Amino acid sequence: MTETAFFLGQIFNGISVASLFVLAALGLALSFGLMRVINMAHGEMLMLGGYLAYLTLHVVPGPLAILVAMPVAFLGAALIGALLEWSVIHRLSSRPLDTLLATWGVSLILQQGARSLFGAIGVEVVAPRWLDKAIRIQHGPLAGLAVPEARLFILALTAAVLGGIALLLTKTRLGLYVRAVNQDRPVASATGIDARRIDLMVFALGTGIAGMAGVVLALLGPVTPTVGQSYIVPAFLVVILGGLGSLTGTTIAAFMVGMISALAQIFVDVSVAQVLILVFVILFLQVRPQGVIAIRSRALES
Amino acid sequence: MIIETIRTRLADPGARTPLLIGLAVVAFGLAAPSLVSSYSLTLLARFLAYSILALGIGLIWGQGGVLSLGQGVFFGLGGYMLAMHLKLAGHAANDLPDFMVWSGIATLPLAWVPFRSALVSVIAVIAVPGLVAAAFSWLVFRRRVGGVYFALITQALALAFSTLLVSQQSLTGGFNGLTNFSRLFGFSTNSNGFGVGLYYVTLGSTIASYLLLRWLMASRFGAVLRATRDGENRVRFLGYDPTPYKVLAFTIAGMLAGLAGALFTLAAGVISPAMVGVIPSIEMVVWVAVGGRGALWGAVAGTLLVNFAKDEISSALPSAWLYALGLMFVLVVTFLPEGIAGLVQLRGLATGWRRLGLALLRPRNAE
Repeated sequence: MTETAFFLGQIFNGISVASLFVLAALGLALSFGLMRVINMAHGEMLMLGGYLAYLTLHVVPGPLAILVAMPVAFLGAALIGALLEWSVIHRLSSRPLDTLLATWGVSLILQQGARSLFGAIGVEVVAPRWLDKAIRIQHGPLAGLAVPEARLFILALTAAVLGGIALLLTKTRLGLYVRAVNQDRPVASATGIDARRIDLMVFALGTGIAGMAGVVLALLGPVTPTVGQSYIVPAFLVVILGGLGSLTGTTIAAFMVGMISALAQIFVDVSVAQVLILVFVILFLQVRPQGVIAIRSRALES
Repeated sequence: MIIETIRTRLADPGARTPLLIGLAVVAFGLAAPSLVSSYSLTLLARFLAYSILALGIGLIWGQGGVLSLGQGVFFGLGGYMLAMHLKLAGHAANDLPDFMVWSGIATLPLAWVPFRSALVSVIAVIAVPGLVAAAFSWLVFRRRVGGVYFALITQALALAFSTLLVSQQSLTGGFNGLTNFSRLFGFSTNSNGFGVGLYYVTLGSTIASYLLLRWLMASRFGAVLRATRDGENRVRFLGYDPTPYKVLAFTIAGMLAGLAGALFTLAAGVISPAMVGVIPSIEMVVWVAVGGRGALWGAVAGTLLVNFAKDEISSALPSAWLYALGLMFVLVVTFLPEGIAGLVQLRGLATGWRRLGLALLRPRNAE
């Protein structure tokens, strides 16, 4: 394997990790922009998606079962998300730090629930034949570069989800309402928009996306009760870096974090890479405390 | 001076009950070694060590409004540094700690060398967490990054710290952490007398930390800190820079956590990444949430209560503890945000209202 090929392979790894971060952080960023709350149980939505994929593959045979698992995981996670928003989060809407703690409690319960139902060791989701190969370059300067199809699938899914959300936000009436509540909740409510309903729908949408991310996570490794935890802390950092609920900012931030993590791992092991990401975030906040994309506002306290 | 303060407090009917309860608790604490079994005494020593850390959370979260989900880092720094000394003190001068021999290391790593000295170790246990907390919080607070952002960054810090401890096996003992201690300051750490002595040191440290924070909260520093919690921008408009106040509070909390970690390591006989990571760090917050973030004594009461409950529940039904912990988070935060201390204050408020009602009724009755 040539050095260029290794380097390109690492960059590709970075991009695919980054797209997982995008999927995991998108829902967090959407509801953070809208309600200023962070859902600590968001990682468990990834886990839920993974287990739903596992169950779906048991019921549905054939190579395209994974495509059936997508909407199943989306709906399952969105339903649980809606329930969580309705039962806990909106009750605490003006206390963001308390929301953090309460949703962490929910996350512990969900993890322990998964442990009781499926065991602590985790379950395997076997990728269908059309996704378990890698595209290999045999000749030329890039000989040895291998691009796993599952990772290409993640990229395609992320692009589709991002495009879909962008269309939803800019081209539909619901998107208009979401942007209105995002900009000014009291005025939006005064014009007759049901802000409570918008909160609920956006939250469910975000957890649904995390559920789909869980399906692709299941393709990469075993689904365990704590599978969401390893992706969720970087996803939190992505939301911080991205700026208040900005989709563009979140995407850029996810790619920064994914790249740093993948490139650092050429030289150091995973745990040191994690420290480097944290150092990067703290240094970045020294330059731009408001994140990659700052929404201009004259409000003193956002 | 203390006697004088107690005498004036006893004269004041409003302050009398809390003071008497406090003195009774301290008296029980002093008599505990002859009242409870030696197993319970070790547990009590451990949980009292935890409550020193919880007092720090009470300071930054309850008084300063800053939520940290990474106090385990400072706890771990204190614990690991003392454990390093304990490992070295238990061997002959040139022997290496057991796990280093297994990892095939020939000379003592540079980071370990200062911990040959007991004095350096004892100072480092408090100073290093303080310095780390000061540097970290200054970097974040000076750019006015706070609230949810700060909580999430501290959580990332806890994750990075614990994974680093696991991965640097030859330096930290990896997943198993550091254990098998035998000597400290020339005493055997396994004797009964050492356990009782350690208990008294821990009890004394808890009381001293509590009194220190009470004094700090009554000072101008405490007033500005509380004002920052309630309206950071208003504090700025009044001409104060809130950053140094928040940094100092966070530093004190870090130092208390370091001390707590060292005392805990001695009482438990072990320190490992599983005690300092993301989940233990957030568990520390729930102790204070249950006890009541608004009052410093709530932090101590909550820590003892939750940990004794954990001990009971997890020995009877191991898997039930995580459900219980999760539910506790949700229920306390949603329905009882001021914790046990809030309940007590509510009762105080209720009697206050009743008195007010009586006062309003009395003239009418008299007429």
